[in-house]
Amino acid sequence: MGYVAIKGGAEAIQGAEELFEYLRCARGEAGSPLDSATIQNQLRQLHSRVLSEGGLYHPELASLAIKQSLGDTLEAGFALRAYRSTQPRLSETPLIDTSKMRLIRRISSAFKEIPGGQMLGPSNDYALRLLRLELLDESPEAFRQVAHQWLQDLPQDRLPDSFPKVLDALRNEGLLPKQGEGKAQAFDITREPLVFPVERSAALATMARAETGSLLALAYSNMRGYGDIHPTVAELRVGYLPIELPHPVTGEPVEVGEVLMTECEVVAMYDKPTDDKAVMGSDIKAGTGTTQHIGSQPTFTLGYGACFGHNEVKAISMAILDRALQKGMQEGPSNPSEDPEFVLLHIDGIDSMGFASHYKMPHYVTFQSDMDRLRTTRRKHKETAL
Amino acid sequence: MSYPFGFMDEYAKKEVRRGILKAIAIPGYQVPYSSREMPMGRGFGTGGLQLTLAAIGPNDTLKVIDQGSDDSVNAVNLRSFIEMTCPGIDTTASTEEADIIQSRHRIPEKPLSEDQLLVLQVPYPDALVVVEASEEKRKQMHSEADYSRLLVKLYEDIVKFGEITLSHRYPTRINGHYVIDPSPIPRWDVPRLHRAANLTLLGAGREKKIYAVPPYTAAEPLEFDDIPFRVEDFRDEHGHRRRCQRCSTDDSFLDEFINEEGDTVYQCSDSDYCNTRLLSASAIKERCLG
Repeated sequence: MGYVAIKGGAEAIQGAEELFEYLRCARGEAGSPLDSATIQNQLRQLHSRVLSEGGLYHPELASLAIKQSLGDTLEAGFALRAYRSTQPRLSETPLIDTSKMRLIRRISSAFKEIPGGQMLGPSNDYALRLLRLELLDESPEAFRQVAHQWLQDLPQDRLPDSFPKVLDALRNEGLLPKQGEGKAQAFDITREPLVFPVERSAALATMARAETGSLLALAYSNMRGYGDIHPTVAELRVGYLPIELPHPVTGEPVEVGEVLMTECEVVAMYDKPTDDKAVMGSDIKAGTGTTQHIGSQPTFTLGYGACFGHNEVKAISMAILDRALQKGMQEGPSNPSEDPEFVLLHIDGIDSMGFASHYKMPHYVTFQSDMDRLRTTRRKHKETAL
Repeated sequence: MSYPFGFMDEYAKKEVRRGILKAIAIPGYQVPYSSREMPMGRGFGTGGLQLTLAAIGPNDTLKVIDQGSDDSVNAVNLRSFIEMTCPGIDTTASTEEADIIQSRHRIPEKPLSEDQLLVLQVPYPDALVVVEASEEKRKQMHSEADYSRLLVKLYEDIVKFGEITLSHRYPTRINGHYVIDPSPIPRWDVPRLHRAANLTLLGAGREKKIYAVPPYTAAEPLEFDDIPFRVEDFRDEHGHRRRCQRCSTDDSFLDEFINEEGDTVYQCSDSDYCNTRLLSASAIKERCLG
């Protein structure tokens, strides 16, 4: 009799992978492979999501990851992360001023008029979610005509590349806490483990590459009433942020490229002034820029969200959670969304999906052990009943 | 695409090695580390994998098992990945021949030697998680060696069920201080950690912790004076120890399954142990006949 408990591992894995690959190409000669530009443009939002959750800004590899995972966001982000593990960290960018972002969209829901004006940019916020049945059978000619037409009708007057930040106006009025000195070194979550309590930059970095749905669910719990930060979107901006690195010879900052980013700043309701000691304590814990009160005057409080790609819901969720976590760090959490451990350890898609998937693996030994306990307990139960 | 030896970049491997050294220096203490994403699921042994990749060199011989078997899907997958990214290593199914043994859910039946390294894959690194959800609070409890709530949990089990219901992942005190989660090994395997000649490293990739049971170190399962720790009971209804129906041994952890005839049968969970027994049995038989 052969060894039957577990068998045929290598062959089974190979066969399963081949079948999966077959599904990708199932249309045979009638199909055509997706190229990375198609993924990047026609699946733009999916592509953005993977860039952000993968935590690696590499648009072409993000397209590849989407292609090979058949569009599974968790798997695609995972492939990017695993690739990242093989790459050394060569350099660190200096602090980046996001007012230099080349904007494609910026809105404020706090003010009707903002310096530079509202700019809707590409958005389907107000589009009717009706199925566009004409796209079911879209001809390549009609498809190409759209871009052609749009470019032809482009207005001649040029808009400035960058716009001032909405928050600056509020800050000048003294309604916001003064901006702290930026810390020279941010916490690098790819090089250091989270040991609680963690500083604010570690929380922000963790959220920046968090799984969108997980972040949204926790932020939504706060919005609905398991929390009460009452946010207003002071500014939501999407655009290309120039990245500078010191020149290897001269040390002068040189622009090395740009990343598509979404940034959101929410203003939350003020709190009653707390005593100085508490404010100082929170400053140490949460990093700079969180002091809530100038003297004894109350000010608004802030939440910040930013991530790679065009991901508005994610950036808003992150900003709300940032504010909620700061509150939790200062006053102790009164809701799950204010608890740094609860939020930060449960929003990573690679971690959570991996663990959910692992339940599919054999658990024969531990289950054997479980049965032993149950049988023994039942036997004892029977004996005492007699 | 070509990858560095051991897949991770050198800095990452160095960090893991430093974590290992610290873990050995403070037996049972969970050393936090940043834990890289591996190209397989979190929960599939990425913690153990990072330990193996950081420790292995081109002349080492590796054995990978899952549920005691070298042929389990996940063991096959891990082994072929390590072979792919670590050119020059040898692999084996023999417990005796291996320098490094990476395992999920089992410790090999055959006692390991001083020259061997056992790497265990860990889903939950903290034994206190059954009584305390917050990592920050657990850290403090460990530092104060405060395991009272865990002992109360065991006591309550006895009151409610007449038995301690913890089946695997049995809390085990290392070197008289830290209580570890010894990974989901059955209780059967726990006594074999105690003063073992080999080094055991435990890695939790998703939870980002490394801990160790150094050679010849005390590893004692939590128990009470009047309620001793007990391993799985493999006796039949008449009180006889069940045997492996393949190699006939009666001193190994058994897998129970239902065969095609619908009968419950038992086989060794450790496939190398079972095969070795069979081989030596047939050798003896041959010698007797010859």
